[in-house]
Amino acid sequence: MFHMDFFGDRMLIAVIAIVHVIINHALAVGFLPIVTLMEYRGYKLKKLGDAESEKWDELGYKLMFFAFVITTSIGALTGVGIWFSTALVSPASIGSLIRVFFSAWFFEWVIFMLEVIFIMIYFLTWKKSRVDIKSKRNHVRVGAVLSGFSWLTMAIIVGILGFMMDTGSWTQNKTLLDGFFNPIYLVQLAFRTPMAFVMGGAVALFLTLYHLKKHTEFRTKVLRNLNLWMFLWTPHVFAAGIYYYYKIPELMLGNITVAIGTQAFQNWYDSFLYSLLALIIVSMLVNIWTVLKPKWTSKYLMLFTLFIVLFTMGTFERVREFIRKPYVLEEYMYSNQLRVEDYSKYKQDGILVHAVYAKYSVVTDLNKIEAGKDVFMIACSRCHTVAGVNSVVNKFENLFSPNGEPLDKTKMQQYIPVMEKARYFMPPFPGNNAEADALVDFIISEQYSRNYINGAQSTGVDISKQQSEVLKN
Amino acid sequence: MYLFAQVQPVPRDIPLPLPMPEWILILLLIISFLLHILFINLMIGGTALEIIAQVLGLKDKKYDALAREIASTITVNKSLAVVLGVAPLLIINTLYTIYFYSANALTGWAFISVIPLVATAFLILYYHKYNWDNFENKKKLHIAILSTAFLIFMFVPLIFLSNINLMLFPDKWGEVSGFISSVFLWNVIPRYFHFLAGTMAVTGLFIVWYFGRKKYPFEERLHGFTREEIKRKGYQITFWVTVSQIVWGPLLFFTLPWRGVTWELAYIIIAGIIFALAALHFIYKEIKSVNPGRYLLLIIILITITVSCMGFGRQTYRENVIAPHKVMIKEKTQQYYPM
Repeated sequence: MFHMDFFGDRMLIAVIAIVHVIINHALAVGFLPIVTLMEYRGYKLKKLGDAESEKWDELGYKLMFFAFVITTSIGALTGVGIWFSTALVSPASIGSLIRVFFSAWFFEWVIFMLEVIFIMIYFLTWKKSRVDIKSKRNHVRVGAVLSGFSWLTMAIIVGILGFMMDTGSWTQNKTLLDGFFNPIYLVQLAFRTPMAFVMGGAVALFLTLYHLKKHTEFRTKVLRNLNLWMFLWTPHVFAAGIYYYYKIPELMLGNITVAIGTQAFQNWYDSFLYSLLALIIVSMLVNIWTVLKPKWTSKYLMLFTLFIVLFTMGTFERVREFIRKPYVLEEYMYSNQLRVEDYSKYKQDGILVHAVYAKYSVVTDLNKIEAGKDVFMIACSRCHTVAGVNSVVNKFENLFSPNGEPLDKTKMQQYIPVMEKARYFMPPFPGNNAEADALVDFIISEQYSRNYINGAQSTGVDISKQQSEVLKN
Repeated sequence: MYLFAQVQPVPRDIPLPLPMPEWILILLLIISFLLHILFINLMIGGTALEIIAQVLGLKDKKYDALAREIASTITVNKSLAVVLGVAPLLIINTLYTIYFYSANALTGWAFISVIPLVATAFLILYYHKYNWDNFENKKKLHIAILSTAFLIFMFVPLIFLSNINLMLFPDKWGEVSGFISSVFLWNVIPRYFHFLAGTMAVTGLFIVWYFGRKKYPFEERLHGFTREEIKRKGYQITFWVTVSQIVWGPLLFFTLPWRGVTWELAYIIIAGIIFALAALHFIYKEIKSVNPGRYLLLIIILITITVSCMGFGRQTYRENVIAPHKVMIKEKTQQYYPM
């Protein structure tokens, strides 16, 4: 298995995905309509022979330059990066998702391809479109189509993201449409759409302040327009956010019967509400301030607003990731990549005997620690590390040795088989008792040494003799 | 006996059916991969030619203008290369789930480094292109900046090739530890040079087409050159690098493990070679012609057939070499997850 013991495997996906989502929402879905509207304004003024037309057009071009460079480099590559990182960290879940959503992804790819083609046409022909009014009109139309495609790619991906949280009727019927139109689909899309528009507005405001000289009438006009845009969309974010806030627990808490689990869920969930309220308050205040005192609006103020907006989006994604635990695909696969329906087999036979990449198939007194390491890799390493972020040793120390005293083996042995009852977000331990003992021994052996353990990418793999064949030439 | 035998792991497949018939997926894989690799060729080959033109431009300004024109094509080609890469990536994930994911994990650091490396290379390309005039008096630095992007482009195919090679040989999964050890497996290096030669051949033809178009304002943008001169240069690149495949082609073929080589594969490759030789014949005629361009469409068709043969050959070898292992996986999966 691929494993990064320093940062943790989840971090790899999280960093790449969050960068991608921010670029997608703030520089494509929410930003392209603003650029198109700016160009449209320039076009309308040009028809009237107003000299301000060129200023709108030039500002739109400058904003588009930024969007073009970032979306076609970091944006495009982080999109591919999500595929790469999930293939490394969560191969079973992404492999399953692809088989269910192949057609949706293929369709999304076609739309994405059109989006990239249109983004290139839109940016690279911008200067040429200035030759006459007809070219400009056609160019504005390209911008409008591009904005539509950009939203459409998001609308498709949201179906798959929703599926990961609530598989709906898919577990019975296993069809694409059952999976795609899951109960969380529209709730999430309703939130992401206005959120992207607000994010786009915040980025456009910041870049406008960067590009336009202070104390000009045009700058004031642009700021007022952009603020109006944000002002119009912010209440939608609030309404959709509140709807999401109340709707999700109704859909997802059904499986959580333990009070403590509900409490943990609520704590996480409240962090989303707080960041949402912070966004609304800051955004509204900044909007009002900028309209009343446009000359006093600084880049730093906008940078702060932008930070709050991105923070809210980051929190939303983080909460979304957290609340689907203990599953990676709700009720089908746990976050350790093991299928729910295979658990009985693992519990009965042990997990090692079914593992393809494990040094030992059975735990003995002689191999306990090494076998425990393999159990850790199979059952825990998708979320935990040994010595890095979210260390499993730290977790047990927090529980059983807050002052650094040696870990209590008996308590750990008693805890592991029932941990999902105390921590609702943890998948149940998949192995047998001997493997739980081996895991305990391995964790205890690392308490004071904290060695970073290597994944397959550094040290290769041990192939189980039971799960291999000799090559016949 | 067991100690010296090559052991191959037999993992279980994902217990969900393929989303569409296997042959459709294979066909889509070949077509989408060839389209992707076409633009990858133009991206890498274009960058190589841009550097050469910029270096020549240090002494003769007209080459600097040529380099700038080539740069504008890379902006488009590189974006298409990435977006067209998503489809074969999606399909290879679907069709060869176990094989691809195993190779990914074993070359994990190098595999994931493709993302920051290529993103950095793209940003460098933009910086280089949109600051052309600002480097008017610092041309060597300007070339050095472009060269960093080029070096990245030269390295990334090696990662993909080692990965795609490793996935074919489950018996090597237990022996490999990281990217470096996978690079030196059998035919990765010959395959790399075979790919680079193909890259330059395709780019040479692209140059002939791009600068030879009637709509292209040649005289306005490229003072000091004639269309015929540029076309001839493009053809010469294609001709000589294709001739060099006499070395890389057989080297690649004979370093392939023989258990995947069949007569069917040999016929496909021989057919490809015949079309390549025919293309070479017409390219030679074009080079010698006073007004080259007459045979361009025919040459593109012949080269497309050659490339398609190589694409099908590649897929045939892949299927041949993993066929016995695929059977084992299928049996294991059915036994494990009885339907």
